[in-house]
Amino acid sequence: MSLLKVEGLTKEFGGVRAVADVSFAVEPGTIHSVIGPNGAGKTTLFNLVTGVYTPTAGTVTLDGRDLTALSTAARAKLGMQRTFQNLQIFFNMTAIENVMVGRYLHLGTGLVASLLGLPKIRRETRLAREKAAELMHRVGLEKWLDADADAMPYGALKRLEIARALAAEPKLLLLDEPAAGLNPKETVEIDELIREIARGGVTVVLVEHDMKLVMNVSDRILVLDYGRKLAEGTAEEVRRNPDVIKAYLGEGAA
Amino acid sequence: MRGFLGRWGGFLVLTAVVLLLPLILPNRFYFDMAVKVWLNAIVCVGLNLLIGYAGQISLGHAGFFALGAYASAILTRRFEIPGLVAMLMGAAGVGLLAFLVARPILKLKGHYLAMATLGLGIIVAIVINREIWLTGGPDGVRVPALFIGDWRVSRIEDWYWVAGGAMLLAVWLALNLIDSGVGRALRALHGSEVAAATAGVDTVRDKAMVFVVSAVFASIAGSLFAHAERFITPQEAGFLRSIEFVTMVVLGGMASTFGAVVGAALLTVLPQAVAEFQDYKHLAFGAILIATMIFLPKGLVPSLAELFRRRRP
Repeated sequence: MSLLKVEGLTKEFGGVRAVADVSFAVEPGTIHSVIGPNGAGKTTLFNLVTGVYTPTAGTVTLDGRDLTALSTAARAKLGMQRTFQNLQIFFNMTAIENVMVGRYLHLGTGLVASLLGLPKIRRETRLAREKAAELMHRVGLEKWLDADADAMPYGALKRLEIARALAAEPKLLLLDEPAAGLNPKETVEIDELIREIARGGVTVVLVEHDMKLVMNVSDRILVLDYGRKLAEGTAEEVRRNPDVIKAYLGEGAA
Repeated sequence: MRGFLGRWGGFLVLTAVVLLLPLILPNRFYFDMAVKVWLNAIVCVGLNLLIGYAGQISLGHAGFFALGAYASAILTRRFEIPGLVAMLMGAAGVGLLAFLVARPILKLKGHYLAMATLGLGIIVAIVINREIWLTGGPDGVRVPALFIGDWRVSRIEDWYWVAGGAMLLAVWLALNLIDSGVGRALRALHGSEVAAATAGVDTVRDKAMVFVVSAVFASIAGSLFAHAERFITPQEAGFLRSIEFVTMVVLGGMASTFGAVVGAALLTVLPQAVAEFQDYKHLAFGAILIATMIFLPKGLVPSLAELFRRRRP
């Protein structure tokens, strides 16, 4: 069974259809990329899948469960995590605290226990810190553990978001342009990191402009153009698809 | 380790200050001032959880303070309910009121909580002024002494220990909360609400929760104030009192529990120490609020802490 199933998803802003009748399915353990020219509706699609926006029409299903009416937080509880194209870092916290927030779903949230600082709560905080440190090592941020988030460079913040998302131990991870703004060396490292995440059993949906990265890592690729599904298939199929070539290179190129 | 020293080291210093301060307080006047400092600090520590950590603004905390004070006054005087029980009943009522106000408001994005609390504070002040049969109106109302067990807390020195102890308890609770998953969630939703929700934080629930906590802190402080002063007037519910609390938090330092205590101390002592200040008190508070925002946006304690950290090799 598909892990994520999107059916007839549509979002209208005023009269503009940012996402129009998009359907696709993501198989567990795969890396599924979403590409398309600027303004094709990729980030809107992510916002619909994660519940930031309410769709005009269509459904989103995770593990056979209809999520369409659920909040972002409720979807997180069911195993969905994402990163953001325009960073959404907690700049009022340190790096490791950012990742510790990602552990939220695995912690007790009792108000009274928290106020009293019961041993259970303190133990959880200690474990969350250990887990966060481990994840920061894994994404290559071991130098930045106790740094204030607002003192970190852009490339490190991109990884910090990935570490925070992984801290929740998601089934499905949506990465919104993880390589944007990175230099070629950093892009190669992100490439390796994404593969490693997928090998670890997390299903990845990737929005990315860096075609080399997309072609390298993707099991399947979904191509959007003007909010519509233009094509879907393996890297090779998509590369040869005349509609895709036309959308990217213009009329006459095909 | 740095975290431990920063947090509990600060708590030990504060405890030492509470313990040693009476040695240098020359007379009743100063003890009375210290009691007011500790009680204002309780309000500010709670308010700072809301403003400094969760990033929500309340312009009506004097209303909660006054509700706690009047609940204690009326319940002990009219119904002869024991002081501590009355205090808890007042706190429960205030907590419930805060929840009922906050829950629908916090679903909206933006500074609606500030508007709602502004209105709520004003309504509380009007009700206390007008419902003379219950509250004594503008003349105020006398409050019976507080009994803790058989101990009648009446001397100002006794009140010093009760208020100081309550303040330390408030600080301890706040520090615990901040260092928990819930506390990190509050700071997170201040930093980025969408990212906090993505991490699974129920942002509306957590904002409502911290608002209730801060209202309860204010209510308890109000109850203690009523018993310590043995008299309470509607002035305590005024809008300007709410602004004073906000100014204390902002001056002392947002997202700093010790900053809240320092802010409360400075702005409680200043108007009493400088007699001329009294007449221009609210003008001065406004000026301090603006100046802090412009020149010291992080507030006193965080700015000093940063300076200290940078100086160290």
